[in-house]
Amino acid sequence: MSAIEEVGSQAPAVEAVPKRAMTLSSGTAFVVVLLLLVVPLFVKNFIIFQMTMLLIYGLAVLALNILTGGSGQFSLGQSAFYAVGAYTSAILMEQYNINYALTLPVAGVVCFGFGFLFGQPALRLSGVYLALATFALATAMPQILKLGFFEHWTGGVQGLVVTKPDAPFGLPMSQDMWLYYFTLAITIAIYIFSVNLLRSRSGRAFMAIRDNEIAASAMGIDVATYKTLAFGVSAGITGVAGGLGAIAVQFVAPDSYTIVLAISLFLGMVVGGVGWLPGSFIGAAFIIFVPNIAEGISKGLSGAVFGVLLFLIIFLVPHGARQVAMVAQQLLSKVRKT
Amino acid sequence: MELFTNQVLAGIATGAIYACMALAVVMIYQAIDHLNFAQGEMAMFSTFVSWQLMQWGVPYWGAFVLTLAFSFAGGIVIERVLFKPLAKAPILTQVAGFIALFSIINSCAGLIWDFTIKQYPTPFGSTPFLGSQLISTHQAGMIGITVLLLIGLYVFFQYTRIGLAMRAAASVPESARLVGINTSWMIALGWGMAAAIGSIAGMLIAPVVFLEPNMMGGVLIYGFAAAVLGGLTSPFGAVLGGFLVGIFENLAGTYIPHVGNEMKLPIALALIITVLVVKPAGLFGRNIVKRV
Amino acid sequence: MTPLLNVKDLRAYYGQVQALHGLSFSLNEGSLTTLLGANGAGKTTTLRAICNMVRSTGAIEFDGKPLNNKSTESIVRFGIAHVPQGRGTFTTMTVEENLQLGAITRTDKAISSDIERMYGYFPKLKERHTQQAGTLSGGEQQMLAVARALMLRPRLMLLDEPSFGLAPLVVRDLFQILGRINRDEKVSILVVEQNAQLALELADQAYVIETGRIVMSGAAKDIAQDENVRKSYLGY
Repeated sequence: MSAIEEVGSQAPAVEAVPKRAMTLSSGTAFVVVLLLLVVPLFVKNFIIFQMTMLLIYGLAVLALNILTGGSGQFSLGQSAFYAVGAYTSAILMEQYNINYALTLPVAGVVCFGFGFLFGQPALRLSGVYLALATFALATAMPQILKLGFFEHWTGGVQGLVVTKPDAPFGLPMSQDMWLYYFTLAITIAIYIFSVNLLRSRSGRAFMAIRDNEIAASAMGIDVATYKTLAFGVSAGITGVAGGLGAIAVQFVAPDSYTIVLAISLFLGMVVGGVGWLPGSFIGAAFIIFVPNIAEGISKGLSGAVFGVLLFLIIFLVPHGARQVAMVAQQLLSKVRKT
Repeated sequence: MELFTNQVLAGIATGAIYACMALAVVMIYQAIDHLNFAQGEMAMFSTFVSWQLMQWGVPYWGAFVLTLAFSFAGGIVIERVLFKPLAKAPILTQVAGFIALFSIINSCAGLIWDFTIKQYPTPFGSTPFLGSQLISTHQAGMIGITVLLLIGLYVFFQYTRIGLAMRAAASVPESARLVGINTSWMIALGWGMAAAIGSIAGMLIAPVVFLEPNMMGGVLIYGFAAAVLGGLTSPFGAVLGGFLVGIFENLAGTYIPHVGNEMKLPIALALIITVLVVKPAGLFGRNIVKRV
Repeated sequence: MTPLLNVKDLRAYYGQVQALHGLSFSLNEGSLTTLLGANGAGKTTTLRAICNMVRSTGAIEFDGKPLNNKSTESIVRFGIAHVPQGRGTFTTMTVEENLQLGAITRTDKAISSDIERMYGYFPKLKERHTQQAGTLSGGEQQMLAVARALMLRPRLMLLDEPSFGLAPLVVRDLFQILGRINRDEKVSILVVEQNAQLALELADQAYVIETGRIVMSGAAKDIAQDENVRKSYLGY
């Protein structure tokens, strides 16, 4: 049995987001960075820690956004890349006494390779099939980390405790605050890299593949290379986020990186707006704070409250925070005109 | 060799669970074109309803029929209230909706019936089936019901007008509207049927895995895997996929060293993915030739 | 005599873009009317607006009853069959199932005899009745689409560019059959065409659209003979 499907007449699974709409204007970006720099000076350590986690999850969501929003490939396996990054950093720091800052590029490169390799078989799959394959990766990862064979390095089920670094050069700031600024610097660097990546030739290739794979290949884009490249880049960034996460939480264990994490990252992407890079951080805020809010509203029914809140958000803004930003922008330009 | 045949038999027995769930998955996939992550939770909730009815003194088959009706109506209500408003939203947003629904149902069931494990009766008894230690009468009954369900669905889709209309609405919605089919209600009907089939799966599975709010987690994943393996569009493929996944799982547990219970799932999934890489549309899926 | 279809001041929009700018026309029961015009003139949009598949304002009356704000699927029940551009074949289903779908809103017993009658018009379809519709050639699919529409026993059939992508000989065949259907089945037909010459030969009434407005109307043979109209609007 075979049938012919007109691809052109059907909407692609992932909405086409134009390149320009993927980023923030320079004015807004300046204000955001300023706030991110100043706010920690006035808040408690715990909040600084939460802001650090926000940036870290934001990076992981950003990575998924590049994969899904950029190249149109769906992944439920981001938790696996995150885990590999976290374990790479933790093992290098604790077993080999390597400086924490140096472990991050290693985590990134290891995960890039891992993602690139995983992208090879994934090439043949798309849509739900790819979702299932990445899902399998996510469910397998904690079990693989628990295997006795790796226990010597991974610490098995117990995991590894990671020491939190002090501020260097005798800077007068707490460990939490130092780690925050350290994370912020990396986040900004990766964010700028991502924006430029999507504006580059590769980024255009990603988007062409997302919008119409067959037409893209007909235009001479090497679909296989760019799809695996997107997987690699996404996994690499997720790995760096994982490494930072391990340092911030001071602990890695197999059960911290289950499918639940992958699903959270996915929800973060949807809430932030698929394909809108700044939304990744809004999505990260959602996955960090909303479960706590739900818990606060009702302990026994926190899951239900979380679900209802999520429904409310997607009813009001089905395109996530991107939609809010677009409406705000239109209002602003109207105000300016009058 | 005897070990092998025994494991295959045992695999078929567990496979019946997955087959049942996979049928529900295919049902909803036909109606809405993607997988419903909350399907397992809906089935779990239905099973609890039937359990509650039995606690109130309703006999098994009475509770069975009432639960079917409840689930069918419930599926339609969920579609009308929660997912019809999202019909024009991007697909990934709808997937987020499934996750939200999952969370709501799981949490509510936990609050109403709490998280302790409950016994669930079987109408078939659990003595060895035809003297075999590997398949119990319950499992045999389960396989029987799955096959009956499959035949029923086949007849429904091939030989009834409403089945024809549902297929049309799923394959080319715009043309379906142009011949006068209310596609929006067809989707609701698909939800209702999927919920009802899911409830059958839940009620058949509960005696095996015991009744508790998280009982369907693993089952749904295997059900997805079975449906995907079978090609997602074919009820027959789904059932066969279910049995295959059950057999895979059992053989992997027997023949691959160091496979604990927890590694069974990833290995079964890895095998399925290998199949998919070779045959991307599943074993019985329609090969779709894409053109621009 | 009240017209079967009466369209007044029809305006249609795709998002912010207005595609029809107050279009009015009517057609009588039993007539074969054609809408002509260049690419992008608004022909397809007009048909889509009649079936409420695009946002529109203005009055659309069928047999004296307003069609505005009715859903696409309920408009079908008035007896309006729309053969869309690209034919809208249910490619994964068999030819016979496609025909059955055409009659899905009917409850009478004559459906199977109607299918036989369609095979009479289009013998090719009978040969292939168990084949998947997607495996048919373009011409056969167009015939299937017309037959599917007739299975409704419609009073009005809307045809969107039936000649599109077909070989000239096939088109000639198809148009002859359309003429027969119009006479024998007493079905009024509104056909949108780019192939103006052929459409004018077939039709008794014609309207010419340009950028969302009617610029010309009259008996088909008058328009076909009018040198100026032919040169400026129809391009042959």
